Amino acid sequence: MISVQKNNFSINEELSKLKIKYNNIGAISNFIGIVRDKSKQSNLVSMTLEHYPGMAEKMLTEIENQALSRWNLIGSTIIHRYGELFPGDQIVLVITASEHRKDAVESCHFIIDWLKTKGPFWKYEKTNRAGFWVEAKETDKKEELKWKT
Amino acid sequence: MKILYFSWIKDKLGKSEENIILQEQIKTVEQLVIFLQNKNDIYKDIFKDNKIIKVSINMEVSNFKDSISDQDEIAFFPPMTGG
Repeated sequence: MISVQKNNFSINEELSKLKIKYNNIGAISNFIGIVRDKSKQSNLVSMTLEHYPGMAEKMLTEIENQALSRWNLIGSTIIHRYGELFPGDQIVLVITASEHRKDAVESCHFIIDWLKTKGPFWKYEKTNRAGFWVEAKETDKKEELKWKT
Repeated sequence: MKILYFSWIKDKLGKSEENIILQEQIKTVEQLVIFLQNKNDIYKDIFKDNKIIKVSINMEVSNFKDSISDQDEIAFFPPMTGG
C-alpha cells in the first residue's frame, strides 16, 4: 500500500492493518523519517515538502513493486507526507512484513534508500536565519546505487 | 505542451507551470531547452548547467536527448530529495 498525503500517520494503526490482513507474518521492519530541529547549524523553523502529484504516487508504487520482486514479502506500506512540517513531525513511513527477518529488514532499508533519490519530493527548509532548498546528497546517491544488483 | 517546474527552478521563474504550443522543429528535450533559453535570461540562467537539472516526460524520468511531442507533460526539477 502506498499513500502520498498531507495528514499525519500512525505507525500503530498501519501495523495493525497489516497484521489484521495477513496472519502468516513472522517479521516486521519499519522506518520513520522525522523532521530534525537543526539545519546547517541554525534552528529549523519548518520544512516544506513539495511533490509532483501523480508522479509521486507512480514512483512510490514502482519502488514498492521493486521491493516485492526482490524480496519475499507478505505486505508493505509506504506513506510519504507533503506540505509544511515542523521539528518532530513525521515525514515518511516504511513498513515491510515477511515470514522471516532478512526479507523485512533488507527491503525496508532498500525502500527508504530509493525514496531518497527516486521519490519526486523537494525539501524547503526555513531556519531562523534564512530559507533554502535542500540539495541532494552525494551519499544518498551512493546508497541508492548499492542496491543496483 | 504542459511544462511543470519544481523547487528552486519554480521560484526563479516565478511560476510552477506553463502551456506552450510546441513548434514542429522541436523534437527533443534538448531543443525545448534551447527554445526556452531564447525566451529570456531567466531561462538562460536556469538551464546554464543542465547537469543539475533533471527532466521527466509524462512522469517518467528521462534524458535531454529523448524525443517529445505536443501532447507530453514535461517537468524540470533538481535532483529529488525524498524520504
